[in-house]
Amino acid sequence: MSIWIAIAATAVGCYLVKLAGLLVPAGALERPLVQRLAALLPVALLAALTAQQTFSADSSLVLDARAAGLAAAALALVLRAPFLVVVGAAVAVTAGVRALGG
Amino acid sequence: MRDALGVGIAVGLSGFAFGVTSAGAGLSLLQTCALSLLVFTGASQFALVGALAVGGNPLAAAAGAFFLGVRNAFYGLRLSQLLALPRFVRPLAAHWVIDETTAVALAQPTRHAARLGFTVTGLTLYVLWNLTTLGGVLGAEALGDTDAWGLDAAGPAVFLALLAPMLRTTTERAVAGLAVVLGLGFLPVLPAGVPVLMAALAAPAVLWLKGRSIARNSNRNSNIARDSDADRTKGEDR
Repeated sequence: MSIWIAIAATAVGCYLVKLAGLLVPAGALERPLVQRLAALLPVALLAALTAQQTFSADSSLVLDARAAGLAAAALALVLRAPFLVVVGAAVAVTAGVRALGG
Repeated sequence: MRDALGVGIAVGLSGFAFGVTSAGAGLSLLQTCALSLLVFTGASQFALVGALAVGGNPLAAAAGAFFLGVRNAFYGLRLSQLLALPRFVRPLAAHWVIDETTAVALAQPTRHAARLGFTVTGLTLYVLWNLTTLGGVLGAEALGDTDAWGLDAAGPAVFLALLAPMLRTTTERAVAGLAVVLGLGFLPVLPAGVPVLMAALAAPAVLWLKGRSIARNSNRNSNIARDSDADRTKGEDR
């Protein structure tokens, strides 16, 4: 049940911010500070989410095969590999390290 | 056309990865498909299932997803001027206001082409995203233990791939670095889903620190300060 609550809240919230952008008069969100903050918010969230989903199990910090997978993804990004290769590298290296007992 | 194909493949793969990740997080097929149908903004969906996977409070999990979706409001603002949609169409068009449709629409030379680009991209990606989500859930069921296949690394890899092109200047890198420290630092002590919201504070914190250091440097008026200011302004030119 609580999962459905989260789904409903996310769906309503995400729809309303999309709609808000189309409906509010131009200029309302054009203040430089607001724009700067809006650009940086996803940076902060994505960085935190990447780190958390790589280095945590429940609520403790761990270092396991996922770290190797993420390193592979980072290397692929540095080499300007396409999206498919980046995610594929992370998955393959994680699976490989696990298979070796890491 | 080649761009559209590239966008389509990337989105299709993310959809599949989302389906797999969501199934691995313990969501049912119906719940996973409801997310792709009703939320339709990838990063928020990944964030939500990631938070639910570790047993986060549903509203804290939704809040993290919501804040990731806030950027779509700024896309909508650009699009509303560009597309000049009639009022009654806007509630329908709003659902398709995402990274990819905005990028395509903004790249078009005329209003007509922008409207067409927005509609075609929106429709194509909506169908593709939902079909591949379904495929991901079914694929995860067929694979059994998704962790053995390393599929739990797909979520963070998707986030990293979205993040990488955003890290253009020192400011963005500082925000990302601080967010990682906050997100991991608060993880053992705060309830699941809350640490990522604390990490979001990295954005205003870095902006505030930057504002202070610019003010201080312009007072001192030293060579070093001038150089670093020049670097900053250069970095912000986009």
